[in-house]
Amino acid sequence: MSTFTKAVAHMRSSKTVMISGGTLLAIAIVALIGPWISPNDYMTTDFDRLFQSPTFSSMNLFGTDDLGRDLFVRTMLGVQVTLVVAVVASVVSLVIGVLYGATAGYIGGRVDTVMMRFVDTLYATPFIFFVILLLVVFEQNFLLIFVAIGAINWLDMARIVRGQTLSLREREFVDAARLIGVSTPRIILRHIAPNLIGVVIVYVTLTIPQAILIESFLSFLGLGIQEPQTSLGNLVSGGALQIEGASWMLLIPAALLAIILLSFNFLGDGMRDVFDARQSR
Amino acid sequence: MSLLEIDGLSIGYGGVDIVSGLSFGVDASESVGLVGESGSGKTQTALAILGLLPGTAAVSGSITLGGQEIVGADDATLNALRAEHVGMVFQDPTQALNPYIPIGDQLRRILIQHGLADGSDADQRVMHMLDRVGLPDAARQFRAYAHQLSGGMRQRVMIASALIAAPDLLIADEPTTALDVTVQAQILELLERIRDDTALLLITHDLAIVAGHCERMLVLQDGKLIEEGKTRKLFSAPATEHTRALIDAAPRVDTAASPQPVSGEPLLDVDNVSVSFQERDRQRQLHAVQDIDLELREGETIAVVGESGSGKSTLARSVLGLIPMRTGRIVFCGKAIEGPVQSRAIETRRDLQLVFQDPAGSLDPQMRVERIVAEPLAVHAPDLDGEARKARVISMLERVGLSDAFLQRFPHELSGGQAQRVAIARALIVNPKVLVCDEAVAALDGSVRREILLLLRKEQQETGLAIIFISHDLAVVRSISHRVLVVYLGRLVELADGEQMFTKPRHPYTRALLDAVPVPDPLAPGGRLSVKGEMPSILEPPSGCAFHPRCSYAHARCKAELPRPRTVDGTRVACHRAEELLERF
Amino acid sequence: MLRYTLRRLLGAVPTLLLVIVLAFLLVHAAPGGPFDDQRVLPAEIEANIAAAYHLDEPLYQQFLRYLGGVVRGDFGPSYSYRDHTVSELIGRSFPVSLRLGVLAMLLASTIGILAGIVAALRQNSPLDKVVMGLAMTGISIPVFVIAPVLVLFFAVKLQWLPASWTGSQGSSRLLLPVVSLALPQIAYVARLTRASLIDVLSSDFIRTARAQGLGTAAIIRYHALKPAMLPVLSYMGPAVAAILTGSVVVEQIFGIPGVGQLFVRGSLNRDYTLVLGVVIFYASLIVALNLIVDLLYGAIDPRIRRR
Repeated sequence: MSTFTKAVAHMRSSKTVMISGGTLLAIAIVALIGPWISPNDYMTTDFDRLFQSPTFSSMNLFGTDDLGRDLFVRTMLGVQVTLVVAVVASVVSLVIGVLYGATAGYIGGRVDTVMMRFVDTLYATPFIFFVILLLVVFEQNFLLIFVAIGAINWLDMARIVRGQTLSLREREFVDAARLIGVSTPRIILRHIAPNLIGVVIVYVTLTIPQAILIESFLSFLGLGIQEPQTSLGNLVSGGALQIEGASWMLLIPAALLAIILLSFNFLGDGMRDVFDARQSR
Repeated sequence: MSLLEIDGLSIGYGGVDIVSGLSFGVDASESVGLVGESGSGKTQTALAILGLLPGTAAVSGSITLGGQEIVGADDATLNALRAEHVGMVFQDPTQALNPYIPIGDQLRRILIQHGLADGSDADQRVMHMLDRVGLPDAARQFRAYAHQLSGGMRQRVMIASALIAAPDLLIADEPTTALDVTVQAQILELLERIRDDTALLLITHDLAIVAGHCERMLVLQDGKLIEEGKTRKLFSAPATEHTRALIDAAPRVDTAASPQPVSGEPLLDVDNVSVSFQERDRQRQLHAVQDIDLELREGETIAVVGESGSGKSTLARSVLGLIPMRTGRIVFCGKAIEGPVQSRAIETRRDLQLVFQDPAGSLDPQMRVERIVAEPLAVHAPDLDGEARKARVISMLERVGLSDAFLQRFPHELSGGQAQRVAIARALIVNPKVLVCDEAVAALDGSVRREILLLLRKEQQETGLAIIFISHDLAVVRSISHRVLVVYLGRLVELADGEQMFTKPRHPYTRALLDAVPVPDPLAPGGRLSVKGEMPSILEPPSGCAFHPRCSYAHARCKAELPRPRTVDGTRVACHRAEELLERF
Repeated sequence: MLRYTLRRLLGAVPTLLLVIVLAFLLVHAAPGGPFDDQRVLPAEIEANIAAAYHLDEPLYQQFLRYLGGVVRGDFGPSYSYRDHTVSELIGRSFPVSLRLGVLAMLLASTIGILAGIVAALRQNSPLDKVVMGLAMTGISIPVFVIAPVLVLFFAVKLQWLPASWTGSQGSSRLLLPVVSLALPQIAYVARLTRASLIDVLSSDFIRTARAQGLGTAAIIRYHALKPAMLPVLSYMGPAVAAILTGSVVVEQIFGIPGVGQLFVRGSLNRDYTLVLGVVIFYASLIVALNLIVDLLYGAIDPRIRRR
């Protein structure tokens, strides 16, 4: 049994991981095929059916909004956008963070000091406001949002990967490999990287909800995804304006957003337990 | 009735008994040694006496202290017993003292908690206690934090805290395992002297300590008491095979014979090597190793001995190219080698191998034994096909005493001894000429240690392997070293043939080290209080001879002038007074 | 301690400078000037405006001029609120935000720490599971979801509390915004306190204290609380940043005339000087609070202090 299949086996034995992972998978599947099956689409307005509460009759399962658009399809679309933004942004932060952190950690010494001082400096800056500034100055677009979120989140990843690399580098098995004559690239590939995977997987899982949070925050302020496209943040924002008459417009997307974030957080926590247990044995 | 009475004590976790059916007693004011290898249940027993076992432990049987039952007692009862009736000294004083609170306050809190004193009265008693355990300037140290004290001083504070409420029983769990041998002697002497009528239960893996400090001893194996009796009687006529094996495995610094010097070809010449580190934050240089010369012959074992911080590991690592040298030269097989290990010729890298102290840490946790042992072959014998490589791995494992059943194991599935065998197999599979063992047996139990030493000896005899054996433990190196190098604060103190070093040391420091080592023999227990103080910080080395502040033979010259190593009576020694002192040792 | 303080103070300068440079460059890299959306002006009037805002100078001079102003607390005139300087606008709205933020921080730290301690002491009990489940929910639900949902239930359905700032008076109008802001932070602090206290309680020196006969209450008070609070203290820096971010949303939802609302309005109006000013103001606030946290940390942990 390889290390990977063992990790998978451990994850399968963790109830937290299975439940939260299953929930996310189910949401993703429904979000993907829901709009395709539904007779409604996301941008057709229907002034005969404004503020329709959830109903089966016209398949407006989540009701309609102030323009009579079907909220089920819009919400599912929002989930899609939210998940895509989150995953892509996390991949951005993963790539930057791992490369930066591993470099600083493995080279060490003065290079490490300078690189980490830079990260510390960025840490102390209110990045979210920079992102807002960025979105105000330049026209809002999808790409910018990915980049902006990724640019915030890579800091954590870089710190963690750097710390881990640094401690791995000091471990005796790395010294042993150097003495045997294993080349540096091979040491990184065969000895450092495999021992980093656990921590990276855990932190990617925990970065995703943060990315979702930032994206929906920006969309809530009207700086993220633009109409007629939508994301869960936009839907919550729209719903918040209609709470007196059409509370479903707020509650359904809000609940979905909360469930998605909760599931990712539980998934990350569960994975950490799985990997911690493996490390400490 | 005994002061401490343990009857049928069993401690289990998840249905597995760590301690089973243990019964023994400790009388008032006697000293009892509780010995056993790791996993024998010694520490669990100590924690049970204090009622400190975690909630997950299933405890049955009875423990009474002064008639009070401890098993199943409530917190209030236990808290009243602790400190006032039973004091505890833990192994590692660095971890056992709170780093966030001045030590005086920690001691004070005990008195207040038990209603024994408060206000300035408590302060007085704390200072008196700190003074009694030998803390210089106790009034000032009252406000000190643990990290500002040396290891020995921390353990003195720990002892003060255990005795401040005048308990009837003192439990000391491996109280000197984390300390250097000269400090160990001081701490054990202090324990003896200060405990007065307090009974002592001394828990240790080291039979030599029991031999010198306990009237009675108990031997634990796998959670069962297998033997108990007067220490002298047990040492002279052990009733069980296990006790006999424990005594035999305990190395003796006083009598064991060192192997005769070898006359092989010179293999490795370490010439005037110095290693320095830049201290963080500040601009100071830390001179970890200074001007060390060493010549290693084929088939020879040289032990490099020193207390922690003496630079012995740094020396080895710089020879191997893991740490850059500041000055000096290394000649191997007639050719100068230099630079970091990555830039060395592939044959040189093959010929110099290392075995580490922590067997688990030196094996990649993600790899199986087969891959770990085969890895050097991938570099040094890339032409081997899979089959041939596996065959080499299997035969190598057999050489170190492991079967092919271990091929698919992960490091965490190995015991300490097995992991160390795998590490040795990895080092030896490419047939190196020199093997550096950095405290390679320090983390192992006595019996396992002996097997590993025998294995190394066998390899040396069969292949002419030269070994540099780094150790803090003089007793361990005596039986295996052709020659011994003693280092202190990064400098050579003495370099001599094994037999010479152990019978006729030339340097006061070597003499002190030898005297401080306890001997597993109740009739000649060694472990004498031989030298004052502790090794100073390498950041602030004393002037002249670095040993002079602790040396009882120091003259004015020793303070002023650094003694260069010279040859006195066939021994390299760095002492101004070596000739004069010849007669005194 | 003095050296430590000075070093920390000096360390904060490059951070602030970097923030100012980045923000300044970003605004000046904007496509089109600040007056683009207005009708076409005669060339000489445009030049006058440019001169008034020093847009005709080279970039580095503009920057130095701006930096000089910032040091004196002058962020220049606002583009959209023509009669006000940015400093005036911030000065007017900050007290409202400050009150909100301080109350939320107090609420978050008291309840969070208490909940964390209780959970740690009853580790793995049903109570612990409930508290931690709630905390996980708390950190998973964003402020902009909590706030409208609270409004829906407590203001719209139950009508216990006012839904907006402007329509009411007194402290009741503070309650919902403060709770919305504090909830996620309560959750973070509770999780952090629990984890850190469990960690400290498992350390050897706690075992020593137990061996000395100290009871649980005494151990927590004298031995465990100080080290257990260190991670929580470190979190106070990020917590302030999170509260500031959250206040942008909360002020928007409840219509509170604070800095957050100012910031959002400035963003939507493309009022560059205002946005730039608020970003620098927020950054200075965060840097200053991080500095205080650092110094407090040094005061509590003797190993850092003596270094």
